[in-house]
Amino acid sequence: MSAILNDSILNDETKKVLTAPLVNDNPITLQVLGICSALAVTSQMSTSLIMALALTLVTAFSSAAISAIRNHIPSSIRIIVQMTIIASLVIVVDQLLKAFAYDVSKQLSVFVGLIITNCIVMGRAEGYAMKNPPLESFMDGIGNGLGYSLILVIVAFFRETLGSGKLLGIEVFKLTKDGGWYDPNGLMLLPPSAFFIIGLIIWGVRQWKPAQAEKSEYKIMSIAHGEGGHH
Amino acid sequence: MAEKKIPCKQMAAISEKLNEYESYRKFIVYKDKVLALGNDSLEKTIAIAVALCLVCAVLVSFAAVALKPLQIGNKEDDMKKNILDVAGLLEEGANINTAFAQKIEAKIVDLETGAYVENINANEYDQRKAAKDPAQSVAIPKDKDIAHIRVKAKYAKVFLVKDGGQLKSIILPMHGYGLWSTLYGFLSLDADGQTVQSINFYDQAETPGLGGEVVNPNWRALWKGKKVYAETEQHSADKGSIAEANIGEPALSLIKGAVDTTRPGSQYQVDGLAGATLTSTGVTNLVRYWMGNEGFAPYLKKVKSVQGS
Repeated sequence: MSAILNDSILNDETKKVLTAPLVNDNPITLQVLGICSALAVTSQMSTSLIMALALTLVTAFSSAAISAIRNHIPSSIRIIVQMTIIASLVIVVDQLLKAFAYDVSKQLSVFVGLIITNCIVMGRAEGYAMKNPPLESFMDGIGNGLGYSLILVIVAFFRETLGSGKLLGIEVFKLTKDGGWYDPNGLMLLPPSAFFIIGLIIWGVRQWKPAQAEKSEYKIMSIAHGEGGHH
Repeated sequence: MAEKKIPCKQMAAISEKLNEYESYRKFIVYKDKVLALGNDSLEKTIAIAVALCLVCAVLVSFAAVALKPLQIGNKEDDMKKNILDVAGLLEEGANINTAFAQKIEAKIVDLETGAYVENINANEYDQRKAAKDPAQSVAIPKDKDIAHIRVKAKYAKVFLVKDGGQLKSIILPMHGYGLWSTLYGFLSLDADGQTVQSINFYDQAETPGLGGEVVNPNWRALWKGKKVYAETEQHSADKGSIAEANIGEPALSLIKGAVDTTRPGSQYQVDGLAGATLTSTGVTNLVRYWMGNEGFAPYLKKVKSVQGS
């Protein structure tokens, strides 16, 4: 990865849009977008990987296509034009999955179709592709897709290992019901567990990079030092 | 979208060819005129919307049409895999198509008479499609519709497993309503039409981890050896209220909790799914419906009489 990034054919802007969304500007942990699918598909690593790949491709190609025609998009139908391009790409990805990865597409069911409503795709189209040239927009889509993928893979890693003792379907911990020692945590198979894991990741990232922490909208006053605490 | 700038010989040749047509030249002139218009003009808005829809429609239709054969193939393979699985013939790494062709025979059964229908090609018949076609289906009277499916196809597609001319198992399709979804599955019976070999639900959308456990191999293994039809009168067991059955009627049901195998009648009972009472009831109802007189009971009686003679 770093070898590609250090290559001189990538200019600074491309490098920035590709790497910034991984940690510094991550769509899930900083912008808190795309949470719904991150909850729904992460109970298994295999579905998470396919979902991550599908979203990355859709974001990259839709951003590139929207950027290519950005100077001719009438502002009054801007959003619907973006939606049409995104929706078409999502249908194509869904059809490809049904043709080449049938089992995974059965497990992902509606969630591939729901990429259309994933805020990350629209967010990048509206926020970046409308103002930047196609190649950079494509890279920005890849970068944001990778940032999303990174979080999905981390969440799926914990949910699948702790929830079913497996990783990518291969046994990691031997379960008690098969005569092993590990009693799986059923909560990890249910969507709420992803909330806890994503929350912990966000907390970890913001401890590591304090600049990401949002300013509190209010301050809890301490009675001892508070100036107006005795009203 | 910006392909005209790509220096490509074939593209140049194509555009040269197209240039011979009057309408293409007109189109180019119009395109340049529209693109030069202000972005917010009405004409450009409409032209962009139409052009975008055309491009997207072509892209989507192309993907759908070009990939259709592969998708249908996948669906068929998946169905064959499910049938082999419920027949206990699924082997890792073996070719599904050859295993299916060698061991399994599809037959069409008239649900009303229980006789085989020979003038329909069994390999092409689709029971799920037929159930939706008014010409090929019948409405189910409300009081008999315990599986909540409203209509059923007149003809059902069953699968027979034979080994050296000897009937090994009968695989029957079933479907019915659970909690959220219609469950589609197969029940595989011994040649006596009474003993269960296996059950398999291939299409369902029940709650994952609760009702969705109908696909759990450990739960499915509990069905092996259970009996479908009551040989003695079955009274309502205290552990569940839907276990009643007269002699000869389907008695198989899911009960709350685990089956006590020491009790009489336990051969008709399967452990219910923990935390999924409504899915369990749905499974009991659909099994009882399809094994009853509305379903495969006439057919199974015929099979038994042929076997006996």
